[in-house]
Amino acid sequence: MMTFRQAHWDEPLIIERSSRGRVGFSLARMESASLDVPTELVRKTPLRLPELSETEVVRHYIRLSQMNYGVDLGLYPLGSCTMKYNPKLLDKLVSTPKIQDLHPMQEAGTVQGILMILYELSEWLAEIVGLSKVSLQPAAGAHGEFTGAMIMRAFHKRNGELNRRDELIVPDSAHGTNPASAAMAGFKVVQVPSNREGCVDIQALRSSLSARTAGLMLTNPNTLGIFESDILRIAQLVHEVGGLLYYDGANLNAMLGKAKPGLMGFDIVHINIHKTFATPHGGGGPGAGPIAVTKELERFLPVPTVERMGDRYQLDFDRPDSIGKMRSFWGNAAVLVRAYGYILMMGAEGLEEVANVSVLNANYLARKLAQISGLELPFGGKTRKHEFVLSASKLARETGVSAAQLSKRLLDFGIHAPTVYFPLIVDEAMMIEPTETVSREELDEAAVAFSKTCAEAYTNPEAVRNAPSNTSVTRVDEARASHPKTMQFTWNHRPRSA
Amino acid sequence: MSEARSYIPNSPPTIKDQMLADIGIGDLEDLFADIPESIRTNSTLHLPPSRSESEVRLQVEDLLSRNISTREMTSFLGGSVWPHYVPAAVDEIVSRSEFLTSYTPYQPEISQGMLQALFEYQSMIAELMGMEFANSSLYDWATALGEAARMCSRVTGRNEFLVPHYIQPDRLRTLQTFCEPAGIRIVELRQDNRTGTILQGDLHEKITSKTAGVYLEMPSYLGFLESRPKQIGEIAHEKGSLFVIGAEPISLGLFASPGELGADIAIGEGQPLGNHMNFGGPLLGLFACSGERLLRQMPGRLIGMTATKDGTSKAFTMALQTREQHIRREKATSNICTNEALCALAAAAYLSLMGPVGLERLAKTIFGNSTYAISRLSELGSLKVPLFDAQHFEEFVVGFDGAGLEASQVNAKLLQRGIQGGINLRDQFPELGESALYCVTELQSRKDIDRLAHTMRAVLEER
Repeated sequence: MMTFRQAHWDEPLIIERSSRGRVGFSLARMESASLDVPTELVRKTPLRLPELSETEVVRHYIRLSQMNYGVDLGLYPLGSCTMKYNPKLLDKLVSTPKIQDLHPMQEAGTVQGILMILYELSEWLAEIVGLSKVSLQPAAGAHGEFTGAMIMRAFHKRNGELNRRDELIVPDSAHGTNPASAAMAGFKVVQVPSNREGCVDIQALRSSLSARTAGLMLTNPNTLGIFESDILRIAQLVHEVGGLLYYDGANLNAMLGKAKPGLMGFDIVHINIHKTFATPHGGGGPGAGPIAVTKELERFLPVPTVERMGDRYQLDFDRPDSIGKMRSFWGNAAVLVRAYGYILMMGAEGLEEVANVSVLNANYLARKLAQISGLELPFGGKTRKHEFVLSASKLARETGVSAAQLSKRLLDFGIHAPTVYFPLIVDEAMMIEPTETVSREELDEAAVAFSKTCAEAYTNPEAVRNAPSNTSVTRVDEARASHPKTMQFTWNHRPRSA
Repeated sequence: MSEARSYIPNSPPTIKDQMLADIGIGDLEDLFADIPESIRTNSTLHLPPSRSESEVRLQVEDLLSRNISTREMTSFLGGSVWPHYVPAAVDEIVSRSEFLTSYTPYQPEISQGMLQALFEYQSMIAELMGMEFANSSLYDWATALGEAARMCSRVTGRNEFLVPHYIQPDRLRTLQTFCEPAGIRIVELRQDNRTGTILQGDLHEKITSKTAGVYLEMPSYLGFLESRPKQIGEIAHEKGSLFVIGAEPISLGLFASPGELGADIAIGEGQPLGNHMNFGGPLLGLFACSGERLLRQMPGRLIGMTATKDGTSKAFTMALQTREQHIRREKATSNICTNEALCALAAAAYLSLMGPVGLERLAKTIFGNSTYAISRLSELGSLKVPLFDAQHFEEFVVGFDGAGLEASQVNAKLLQRGIQGGINLRDQFPELGESALYCVTELQSRKDIDRLAHTMRAVLEER
């Protein structure tokens, strides 16, 4: 078993390192111009930014980097986040002025290379999800959901039905972004419960469907990692009442080359490039969340789309039925080029192998963890897909140690914690997604870590509750973080109680 | 038979077989048996065949080599994505894989590095904007504007949002997308066609008890500065509306901050702060506000400084999460989850290197360079430079009507001579006639600007 101790630097806030007169920049000799502007327009408050040499700035941030855990350090089984390894090649591909120094408004003749990459990527993504056309514009998964919900809106509006179709149905196991995106697009959210198998309850769905239904948002496999086998029936029911079916692509990894959302009956799909297509998560972003739609919905895609005219590529702004713009410019190009490289590298068979091994790894680990005393795999022995959800409720009952506390203890083994308390339909939930990029040995080590931690909960629950101790800092007081009066948000802000 | 693959440690068939045997499954395909046959992908995907790493590298490099970057020509494009020098130290810091390959810091104990960096980012953005709080990033300026309008509506319970006529078209269209489903009506404010200043009479006429927010940009999309920004804020506040200012961050090294001008919410584009242009993405949406009432309605992630439970150390964690989608679902202040954290890290590193002195000097350099470009181009006589009679920063409109030329012709002829001219405004703002938006930063030397002037003269004389 590996031992782990994360670096701890007693690193002050960067402003506290500041020393007047130091500089970390070098600027060319400036052109002089008299600044003849009204005093109202001139900054009066001095800027409280750090004054530091480059050495000090680099040391500060490199020290901080050592107090941060990433995929390159070890297992990061954060369920539904697909924390797979990010091939180094992909970062190299975009570390060139040939993309970094491209301006989005350049004449089309000077950006044929990048446009061709974006065009081909769109075509490949459409093929992978089995739909007709792709927009690369959305910046992230939730942004793709919002785009998709706006397309539903445009579709119903065009049919003169928007006023009465104001309900978007979301399962109770859905990612939080689904109801939030639906609400942003102006829909009322109707929640449908899951059945005993952890899937959409068809009877409940039936009774939620009506002439008011704008559509259904679903991820398949769902957040329990279970494939919704009734998907064709679900699609039929939704379509029968005139609704559209939206696919949350967060869990697409397990479906690559296996089943296409388009064939399942989905009308709109978003793709999390930073999950499925191996681009780095960047500490929270940037990602990219392209969406794909059926032929019928193409006209509503955001403007512009990337098109090929003979051997030339161009942006097409002439789309009168488009929902408009979701953001400025065309999309997160530097992320999308990485995905292009990844797909080229993997090919069709490589992508299918991603699905194979991500599912094998999840089932392998699920089987091992479900045997641990205190942990259970709810919703029966069905095979899972890319992820699975354990319940630690037995452990919590018997030892008083919660899933959150258990997760903190795992950090001490150099393993990032699973997603905890999600989905909401499982008590003491721990959602685990190993991905295809971990080895069997790592999975075995993870199983040992879980097993030791659970055993410890029975023998020495206090030790688990006081975890972690091997991380840069010990348990953080998160309760204070829930109120503005007890929390400092900037180095100038003084909370009232302080 | 499948082959072993470099990113998939368990891809060797013997390992897969052992693992399957361990969990009592006969065949890998059994793991997918619950997918109905009719929806299984029955042929392999139509994608190019798998290639080696060196082949992929060559192929992508070959495609990218067909681009002509702004480093290979002299470019005068700006308009919400601006060319600036990115210090080598910034690229180095954001390429640290502990940052690069981490995700949202849900587990604070093991993610202190990113959390502290984002806290510092929030502090620096709040400082630049002159506001009390900043969040830890949105997608870009356009979506920040959309979120700001919705936040104004939530806070005031009103449903009209006033915006200047001259804003970037993408920004306006994004705002429309965000506002339409929320039932927020966007009202355009007229601007003086000589100076660009917002016509206060028009503002008085349009602002009502339904106005949730009044929006102003400093500098404007077309580079001119509103001469009486505080008065606009005062008019907004008199009517119980919020005042929102959008700002280009480097200009704030020199010019009054949104806070000093009376803004309740400040937004902007953070790309100039250590982020490459990248063909327009990823970008960095800046979002700041003042007052606890607004803080609680703010969209996006917020990092706070607290302490460890045992009180031995300061510690950072995500804060006020009950505003967010993963807790509040359909009642969240926004649906945003994945944001632009790494771009925020770049901005923090950049601002730490620049400091107050560097930022002010940079803003003055840009001001000096753009002023020089204005004077050189106006010497040509037949061009109207700047088209608006106002103080400008970094960008300005060149009018070609006097020269009897179309902006598209000018750009085509400049491009033949290795110069990418400014953004053609003909379709964006037809009332300005044949015109283009020119951007000059610290990257265009006096020599580059002289060359633009000479070349422009040649283009004008060629006619």
